[in-house]
Amino acid sequence: MADQFQGIEPMVYQSKINVPYSWWAGDTATRFFVALRDEKKIIATKCGACGKVFMPPRKTCPLCFTANTEWVDVSDEGTVLTFSVARRQLAAIPQDRKVPVIWGLIKLDGADTAILHYLDEVKPEDVIIGMRVKAVFSETRKGTIRDISHFKPVK
Amino acid sequence: MDRAAIIGVGMTKIEKSKVRETFADMAWEAVNKALADAGMSIDDIDNVVTTSSDFWDGRTISCMAVGDASGAADKNTSCVEGDGTYGAFYGYTRALSGSYKTTLVTGHSKGSQCISSLITNASFDPICERGLGMDMITACAMQANAYMNRTGLRPEDMAMVSVKNHGNALKNPMAQLPMNITVSDVIKSEMIADPLHKLDCSPVSDGCCAVIIAHESVATKFKQKPVWIRGLSLCTDSFFFGDRDLARSNALVEAAKNAYKMAGIKDPKKEIDIVELYDAFTYQELLWLEEMGLADYGKAAKLLEAGEFNINGPLPVNPSGGLLSGHPVIAAGLYRIAEVVMQLRGDAGEHQVKKAKTGIAHGVNGLCGQSHCVWILDKER
Ligand SMILES: [Zn+2]
Repeated sequence: MADQFQGIEPMVYQSKINVPYSWWAGDTATRFFVALRDEKKIIATKCGACGKVFMPPRKTCPLCFTANTEWVDVSDEGTVLTFSVARRQLAAIPQDRKVPVIWGLIKLDGADTAILHYLDEVKPEDVIIGMRVKAVFSETRKGTIRDISHFKPVK
Repeated sequence: MDRAAIIGVGMTKIEKSKVRETFADMAWEAVNKALADAGMSIDDIDNVVTTSSDFWDGRTISCMAVGDASGAADKNTSCVEGDGTYGAFYGYTRALSGSYKTTLVTGHSKGSQCISSLITNASFDPICERGLGMDMITACAMQANAYMNRTGLRPEDMAMVSVKNHGNALKNPMAQLPMNITVSDVIKSEMIADPLHKLDCSPVSDGCCAVIIAHESVATKFKQKPVWIRGLSLCTDSFFFGDRDLARSNALVEAAKNAYKMAGIKDPKKEIDIVELYDAFTYQELLWLEEMGLADYGKAAKLLEAGEFNINGPLPVNPSGGLLSGHPVIAAGLYRIAEVVMQLRGDAGEHQVKKAKTGIAHGVNGLCGQSHCVWILDKER
């Protein structure tokens, strides 16, 4: 085929795949979010067979393949298992967050698995694995994971 | 058990932006190269597996869209969403089923056409995680921190992977980023997400790869020397990071163990001659080598420093330059298979390694290596 692009810009079709979508949160996440929103409490599901406590709450135990029937309170304090610090304003970062943005994988006291959330009120260079952190709840809470604003170091 | 072999491979050059080519254009090129490599015509292919991802392609049922260019018309065609090694795994099982003799597997991707941060953010749990705004790079930075904390690995150690792989790419005409760089260049490059500098990360890439898998009954019927599939396994870890030990990869330990067992490999350190693995980030090359049993945990960097994984070393790792030198998501694992096949046949050209009888090709799917696919390929049956 002759090179029809010689000396010209190839044609590019500009579009987007922005399709509105609604996720049914499910009864397990709903109960978790309602407790965050209305009581500033963090609750988790517990496996009746192996006793593991899951954060974020799961309806079933992936290890035992049984339904988790019990709910337990977990602490709003925990330990940072690992973390990352965005220095570039990556496209996925929400508009209201400016770099450096720090995320932690946080194991709350009383839970056996860890959740992802923001670390804040701390400089990136002061974050270390193993540090103790505490949840700070948002002023306005709408029943989402961001009803927890972030985790801050325990003084 | 029946055997199967790879009898043809074809790949496009990996580029930053193939702005002049559509997905089908890339598939057409890779498929025709694979057919020519095998000495086959499209009529010799009895079924097709295409591999793609709808989010990356910006359309639904994306794998069907390259069917025409892959010669799939009127053939039994199926699609896999995920890395190309998983599409090839399916192709292999089809060969073993007894119903198919020759399977063409393709994998394609154009990272240049979308925004990878948004696409990979969409793989997080939409209810509990996605709104926090993490993506593949910030997730893997988290894994790198956990791994460094556990093993004492330093940024300079990870940087050596970038130096080696970009250097290897100088000899691979298909690579996107051949570069002569130093550890200091890596450390001085932009910090994107601590501890990952720009040169610790694979680039955004476009490319397509195709491989042809044949049942043993027809594996020697065509002109190309078959490369035999000796061992193959894939294993998947938990979805949520907080359910896994991010400093390790249990899924890869299991996948490698199963693949070695199937291949009858007792001491992989001695019996594997070459590895092409999924180094989306520098630390991953070291962690994956360790979890595959090719280095002790936390010790791969020492071996790398000693030159063990160099192209002329005892165990060349990513002689092609790896993903760090070109990362067409989805196709990347299929490129690893094609590279190992060329190495075992002695057809790798400038980046040919010296002794290569048995090789590993490795693919990954999911955030922070949630799932791993390990192929043991062999020159001899
Ligand atoms: Zn259980």
